[in-house]
Amino acid sequence: MKLISNRQKDELYVKLSGELDEHSAALARREADRLADSNADCGRVVFDLADVSFMDSTGIGFLIGRYKKFNRYGVKVCVANPSQGTDKILSMSGVYSLIRKL
Amino acid sequence: MENCMKLEIAALSENESFARSAVAAFALTLNPTLGELSDIKTAVSEAVTNCIVHGYKGGNKSEKVWIECSVDKSGEAGELHITVTDNGCGIDDVERALTPFFTTLEAEERSGMGFTIMQTFMNGFSVTSKAGEGTKVEMRKKIVGENVGSRERLDA
Ligand SMILES: Nc1ncnc2c1ncn2[C@@H]1O[C@H](COP(=O)(O)OP(=O)(O)OP(=O)(O)O)[C@@H](O)[C@H]1O
Ligand SMILES: [Mg+2]
Repeated sequence: MKLISNRQKDELYVKLSGELDEHSAALARREADRLADSNADCGRVVFDLADVSFMDSTGIGFLIGRYKKFNRYGVKVCVANPSQGTDKILSMSGVYSLIRKL
Repeated sequence: MENCMKLEIAALSENESFARSAVAAFALTLNPTLGELSDIKTAVSEAVTNCIVHGYKGGNKSEKVWIECSVDKSGEAGELHITVTDNGCGIDDVERALTPFFTTLEAEERSGMGFTIMQTFMNGFSVTSKAGEGTKVEMRKKIVGENVGSRERLDA
């Protein structure tokens, strides 16, 4: 799992690539929370999931956890480009009611 | 039973990716669609992760997880049977554990959706568990495949 970020004005863009499972989540969490702490002043963060080749329920916990973290700074959280498999999991678990899909 | 395989892995989180990929590779003999393959990988990942994080409390290299697969071609569509077993702590109340969003590990950002995903993504699902003895998850997936006609011809 790799995270690449890019800040443009009011928006933080974070591209995740690789497999998001229990094993890889710890690193992704640490990295994303570090980004949250250093971008507390931005308006919204977009997690681009296009290159996430695999995700299971760990991804639900990951996204809800980041939603809570960014939300404390008043930063809105969105996701973009989930694969079909990822989209199925995020829809059925109601993640999109907290985190908007762009 | 037409074909089968059995895997024994150390209960370590780095084996989760190997386990789901191995089952997916075995499933390829049934010509699944990409969607079916993705469902299988996800369900296996849920079951194996549960053994490691819950059954063995985070995992350790001296404990084992067993994964068995077999193929059933007796029906109209081929079917993949998968069993994932641990001899970890077991589940006190299976019915409660199956409830969507129920988790005993909220502090670790678990969402309680693993069993619900297995049930939704597969065509057959059951859990047997005994506190102190371990847990066994059995799942079945119908493989309709891209093109049933061509597979029937290949089988003939
Ligand atoms: N192999 C197992 N051994 C012991 N307890 C288990 C096992 N599998 C599941 N459980 C129990 O059942 C509960 C529900 O499991 P489920 O997979 O649905 O959710 P979760 O693992 O807590 O969260 P998620 O899968 O969404 O990350 C777990 O919290 C755990 O208490
Ligand atoms: Mg689980």
